[in-house]
Amino acid sequence: MSDNTLKVKINGKQIECSPHETILQVAKRGNVYIPTLCHDDRLEPYGGCRLCLVKVDRIPRPLPACTTPVADNMEILTETDEIRKIRANIIDLLLSNHPNDCMRCEATGSCTLQDLSYEYNVKGARFYGEKWNLPIRDDNPFITFEPNKCILCGRCTRICNEVVMAGTIELTGRGFRALPDTSFGKPRTLKNCEFCGQCVSTCPTGALTDKKGRGKGRSFELKKVRTTCSYCGTGCNFDLNVKEGKVVKVTSAYDAPVNHGNLCIKGRYGYDFIHSFERIKHPLIRKGDRMHTVSWDEALDHVADSFRKLLKKHGPGSVGGFSSSRCTNEENFLLSKFVRTVFRSNNVDNCARV
Amino acid sequence: MPVKTKTKKSDLKSLTIRVCVGTGGLAAGSQGVIDEFTNQLKARKIKATIVKKCVNKTGCRGFCAKDVLVDVIRNKKTETYQLITPEMVNTIVEEHIVKGEPVEKWLVGPEYHEFHNRQTKILLHQCGQIDPEDIDAYIAIDGYKAAKKSLTLDPLEVIEEVRNSGLRGRGGAGFSCGMKWDFCRRTPVTPRYIICNADEGDPGAFMDRSIIEGNPHAVIEGMIIGGYAIGAELGYVYIRAEYPLAVERLRIALDQAREKNYLGKNIFKSSYNFDIKIKLGAGAFVCGESTALMRSIEGKRGMPRPTPPRSVTRGLYDKPTALNNVETLANVPLIMLKGADWFTSFGTKKNTGTKVFALTGKCKNTGLIEVPLGMSLKEIIYDIGGGVEKNRELKAVQTGGPSGGCIPAKHIDMPVDFDSLTKIGSMMGSGGMVVMDDTTCMVDMAKFFLTFTEDESCGKCVPCRVGTKRMLEMLTRITEGKGKKGDIELLLELADTIRLGSLCGLGRSAPYPVMSTINFFRHEYESHINDGICPAGACKSLRQYLISEEFCKKCGKCFRVCPTEAIIWEKKQFAQLDKSKCIKCGSCYDACPFGAIL
Ligand SMILES: Cc1cc2nc3c(=O)[nH]c(=O)nc-3n(C[C@H](O)[C@H](O)[C@H](O)COP(=O)(O)O)c2cc1C
Ligand code: SF4
Ligand code: SF4
Ligand code: SF4
Ligand code: SF4
Ligand code: SF4
Ligand code: SF4
Ligand code: FES
Repeated sequence: MSDNTLKVKINGKQIECSPHETILQVAKRGNVYIPTLCHDDRLEPYGGCRLCLVKVDRIPRPLPACTTPVADNMEILTETDEIRKIRANIIDLLLSNHPNDCMRCEATGSCTLQDLSYEYNVKGARFYGEKWNLPIRDDNPFITFEPNKCILCGRCTRICNEVVMAGTIELTGRGFRALPDTSFGKPRTLKNCEFCGQCVSTCPTGALTDKKGRGKGRSFELKKVRTTCSYCGTGCNFDLNVKEGKVVKVTSAYDAPVNHGNLCIKGRYGYDFIHSFERIKHPLIRKGDRMHTVSWDEALDHVADSFRKLLKKHGPGSVGGFSSSRCTNEENFLLSKFVRTVFRSNNVDNCARV
Repeated sequence: MPVKTKTKKSDLKSLTIRVCVGTGGLAAGSQGVIDEFTNQLKARKIKATIVKKCVNKTGCRGFCAKDVLVDVIRNKKTETYQLITPEMVNTIVEEHIVKGEPVEKWLVGPEYHEFHNRQTKILLHQCGQIDPEDIDAYIAIDGYKAAKKSLTLDPLEVIEEVRNSGLRGRGGAGFSCGMKWDFCRRTPVTPRYIICNADEGDPGAFMDRSIIEGNPHAVIEGMIIGGYAIGAELGYVYIRAEYPLAVERLRIALDQAREKNYLGKNIFKSSYNFDIKIKLGAGAFVCGESTALMRSIEGKRGMPRPTPPRSVTRGLYDKPTALNNVETLANVPLIMLKGADWFTSFGTKKNTGTKVFALTGKCKNTGLIEVPLGMSLKEIIYDIGGGVEKNRELKAVQTGGPSGGCIPAKHIDMPVDFDSLTKIGSMMGSGGMVVMDDTTCMVDMAKFFLTFTEDESCGKCVPCRVGTKRMLEMLTRITEGKGKKGDIELLLELADTIRLGSLCGLGRSAPYPVMSTINFFRHEYESHINDGICPAGACKSLRQYLISEEFCKKCGKCFRVCPTEAIIWEKKQFAQLDKSKCIKCGSCYDACPFGAIL
């Protein structure tokens, strides 16, 4: 925060801020909680769910904290009776078109709608009428969409268009009939979707879930083990979600330094190898036409011996190093250094050219 | 009154026939009338040469209830015919044009003159009088003089003049046009844009369409002046594709203006470049909302975004943009030509100028009217509108379309201007005005407008998307006799959430029809809910049928049609009705030849 030139008061607490910030950003920094549903730090402010409405002095109508820029000496109240009433009614309205099926829901425990319904003590019975009764869509290998649980926050469509830029889904229809969907409601396939699961990662409810993890445990049962993706040099951070020693899905936290919670198809869904029976767990050396399990020492000695023989017989020009795009820059550097200084060869290359 | 003269050639030299060819006129068959006149006059030899230039295509003159309207100007005297069909043309030509004896039975009555005389037409007087497809006709009445003059002034002087005129936006909110331009000009970012909002999505509204159809050049000239004032080099007209005639006339007008170098590079031989593009809207009501409209021009889904930032600082393509309504812009050339003082001589202090309204509903004369702001509702309805149809009792007037509220008859003396309408819980909106008599059910009326807003909600924000849906469902239940105690309070609470919580003007104003009818006609809601009675007798499922022994002739027709055997009848006996079996289908009511079923 280099240019904290403004001062605002939130619930009486003075906070310094810069003119480019929104009320929500400033509140977060000042540890003032404002409920949100359609906001995701990775996305452009949207202002659709209206949960973040706050009262700003001298402005008769409540304003959305997520889109409203701060102004000097603004006085903001986040929990007035009027504001709480509007929020409660909004949650009530959302629940009036919701299956309210938390018992069986994949998202229980990690669902913002559920949390808000608890916080505001509403159950969606005051306003009633037509409810959606749309079929579940899981006509693809990775993503399950339960439209009836969708609250139209638009986060999935925005992340698909703003961050992934895949353009797979967009809001279709309007009013009560609006729904995030692919064009012509076609199934997601590799032709129209990257299967990055970004849409799942941002969904605040159980409308979008990771198909492979369904029924295998909910957030409160899962142990999160932070690790770094081994697929490419980007080095995304993610959490393996583990239950009873098995990885059941992958999630990523917003505070991941490289990727801010974003992942690609490989990082998010490419974890089947972990428990695969075909997985190679020890070094193997081919003797004749059979592979033999050996120790690491034996394997490394074998590699070193073979290189030494080649260098002696044919000279440094006969060997080289070819590294992988799954390695980091540092690892790639080390390999090239190794080849040049130990082998004394300039034959260095990397597969990252596709 | 008609003067009888014999046809001289000199009389026919100035013979002009004006046929209403606005959308209303065309729908009523004016093309057939025009063709018939052309043929008939051609057939009568000598006049054949006169005919072509005499058939002048005129735009809307407002009196739609009586289309096709035809003026015959003969010997400098104008006679106006109403409800003309091609079959009548022969007689008019024979009697009036040839013999000089107007066909009196087809002439418009006194209500036509009353309808026009009480109005103040500074915008509409050209509509219907000049040929909208001929730029020279507009130039002949001082068209484009104001633009030419404005370009010799400093842009800030233009803004000052418009600000002094007090011109407020005619698109609904009534924001000062001069101030809007000033904000836009002061934003230090280029390019800037000016947009004319011709989306006009309110049900029953057609004032903007009529202005563009009747005098498209006035709007173009207004945009040139506005563009120059804010420093824009490109303007857009966002117009709905459902207005093909208006679009066509606008296209023709733009081409003609370009030809004269009123648009393009160095217009009016100045150093200023300005051109206008047309963007067709697909007819979503929400695309009339400023931010959604700009999204739509950018080729994105027409959904509003929260403000601030306002469009004057970050509008189309994130650049400063001034968005003005058609009628607002059409006023601008008049202000620049005749001066702010002239403009402020119409209307009241804070509501200057005139406003065009679409007067509809249970009113004797319906159509487009233009009156000075501040005229009383009473004068509009009784003096111009001729009062309530069938001389029934006036119940209320709904203004502002789906975003407005209703005004009960007891407030009929109120002035019609931006502030008074807002104060009473309604709105100017774009200028819809629906007259309602005692057969209109106010719950049903609120339901009608909610049906519209619920259907047009874009779905982005929860209060509007789900709130209007639930509100409509509640209203529907009430009109079906399924209302519950506490529904009125719940409606008002929901109205507050929608009004305060919604993102854009559509949602924010959607509850007004409900709030104002509860405010003024709460007893109607109560009798629907508590007694199961619709006081206006409009809600079909709440009707109570009775058989009057006074009128019943014991014919038994009702007995035969009733599908549920709710009618008890025997020969030579009065029919009787068993209310517990009646499903209120209305068959007996329709079947009774003596009106005995009430
Ligand atoms: C849902 C909605 C629909 C609107 N539709 C129109 C419209 O059809 N025409 C119009 O001129 N203004 C419409 N408006 C108002 C515009 O947003 C805007 O205020 C207006 O065009 C500005 O022009 P003015 O200042 O000349 O009135 C609409 C507003 C809302 C919220
Ligand atoms: S999405 Fe959330 S609120 Fe809805 S059923 Fe699942 S857990 Fe409950
Ligand atoms: S998986 Fe990725 S590409 Fe496919 S819809 Fe979701 S966000 Fe878009
Ligand atoms: S699927 Fe989830 S993220 Fe997408 S709009 Fe619905 S609730 Fe929001
Ligand atoms: S493979 Fe995908 S998730 Fe893994 S590090 Fe690379 S970009 Fe990130
Ligand atoms: S108020 Fe209605 S129309 Fe406006 S943004 Fe919200 S849902 Fe869309
Ligand atoms: S309204 Fe219909 S059901 Fe009722 S008595 Fe008449 S015919 Fe029978
Ligand atoms: S979080 Fe601000 S409107 Fe949804």
